[in-house]
Amino acid sequence: MNFMASKQPENSLLGPEADSQRTLYPYVTGTSVVALKYKDGILMAADMGGSYGSTLRYKSVERMKPIGKHSLLGASGEISDFQEILRYLDELILYDNMWDDGNSLGPKEVHNYLTRVMYNRRNKFNPLWNSLVLGGVKNGQKYLGTVSMIGVNFEDNHVATGFGNHLARPILREEWHQNLSFEDGVRLLEKCMRVLLYRDRSAVNKLQIAKITEEGVTISQPYSLKTYWDFSAFANPAQGAVGSW
Amino acid sequence: MFRNQYDTDVTTWSPAGRLFQVEYAMEAVKQGSAAIGLRSKTHIVLGCVNKANSELSSHQKKIFKVDDHIGVAIAGLTADGRVLSRYMRNECINYSFTYESPLPVGRLVVQLADKAQVCTQRSWKRPYGVGLLVAGLDESGAHLYYNCPSGNYFEYQAFAIGSRSQAAKTYLERRFENFADSSRDDLVKDALMAIRETLQGETLKSSICTVAVVGVGEPFHILDQETVQQMIDAFDIVGEKEGPAAEPDDAAAGQEVEAEQGAAADQGGSTDEGVAPMDI
Repeated sequence: MNFMASKQPENSLLGPEADSQRTLYPYVTGTSVVALKYKDGILMAADMGGSYGSTLRYKSVERMKPIGKHSLLGASGEISDFQEILRYLDELILYDNMWDDGNSLGPKEVHNYLTRVMYNRRNKFNPLWNSLVLGGVKNGQKYLGTVSMIGVNFEDNHVATGFGNHLARPILREEWHQNLSFEDGVRLLEKCMRVLLYRDRSAVNKLQIAKITEEGVTISQPYSLKTYWDFSAFANPAQGAVGSW
Repeated sequence: MFRNQYDTDVTTWSPAGRLFQVEYAMEAVKQGSAAIGLRSKTHIVLGCVNKANSELSSHQKKIFKVDDHIGVAIAGLTADGRVLSRYMRNECINYSFTYESPLPVGRLVVQLADKAQVCTQRSWKRPYGVGLLVAGLDESGAHLYYNCPSGNYFEYQAFAIGSRSQAAKTYLERRFENFADSSRDDLVKDALMAIRETLQGETLKSSICTVAVVGVGEPFHILDQETVQQMIDAFDIVGEKEGPAAEPDDAAAGQEVEAEQGAAADQGGSTDEGVAPMDI
């Protein structure tokens, strides 16, 4: 007699009963990731918030991780799916290292692998609910790309996910230029992150900035941005419309 | 090599620790018409002798493009070679699709070798009867590998396989130290000279040989007959003609498939009885 609850395998053809194994909506989510190419490599920034719907529940979620020797992955969207992706990539890098032959997967290869994974999952109606940013440097070549949960992918000099698309990219379009210094790059990212902090409800004021160069990956310690809330318009916000919401 | 009681199955060891069926498969490679390969730091050239069975027929294809950066020349059972080329093309295209990046040659060669090894350890299979010279370019430079039916693979600066390959190897041994810094054209010239060595007196012309090149900035491609003939003429290779062209050895026509079926008994003892060839 079998008292175990029937568990559908992930790729079941059984239809509705298999739904409990598919991602239908995200639960714990990360917000924007912003990244740009600079003189020595890639700079990427993401805050450390994991929201549970409208609750800012978790405040120490690392949303950027190094992949292999040459890449850095940042993710927004469902955190558990991000962890799943890290497992896929861990296996990929492991097998790559096991060849032990002097070849290694660079950022371009990892980005395309992720595109294949995301697109195939989307086709099976079981997406990984993430928008990913993949940056890296290999043999002096800088690479920065993004993949969405439906498999849309492209490369650019600066990318952003989520709200970053609307608030950060216009800033980057105006102010990004080739061969930014490290300090200028960080300043530009902080400017974007500050706007996001003011305007994105799911942003938290605790962020990390990551850098990847030919030498390797460095992810900063978490820190906060200075904000200014004493604008006169904020002093009495209902002034113009007393009694309204 | 002579028939013995341990050579019926590939899964039977001899008391001396040899797998005779695998060695017989390597004999098939030696019976195929010659193929040679040589490389510099930036280019690899593959060449082969293409003898048609009769004037009425066309010659068999022995050099295959596997990808823009990899090509292969075969000697032995060309049918087996074709199948393995298809496998290699498949692996390359799958890797390219997933990673948008060319498959490193070294990895392809290992996969090929592992595939060949499987056939040396199954009672219902036979080893592939074909030797492959795999030429490829990747991040770490230009590579030339030799894959043999035993499942071993080796990397070479220059190599020759097939019938009368020893003549080509002797030529290459004399010259290989210069290959690393050779120009592309010098490399092709050396390839043609090496092919000529295997012809033993017969005139070298572009209708009986095939040459292919791959290099930095030059995707793998087979040189067309005119270009090859021009190079032959330009390098004045046609050189010696010692009377009538030497009769092609009946072994050279050995792209025939029956090498497997008990022809083993008739092989001359070209292998040193003491050392199994795959132990090299």
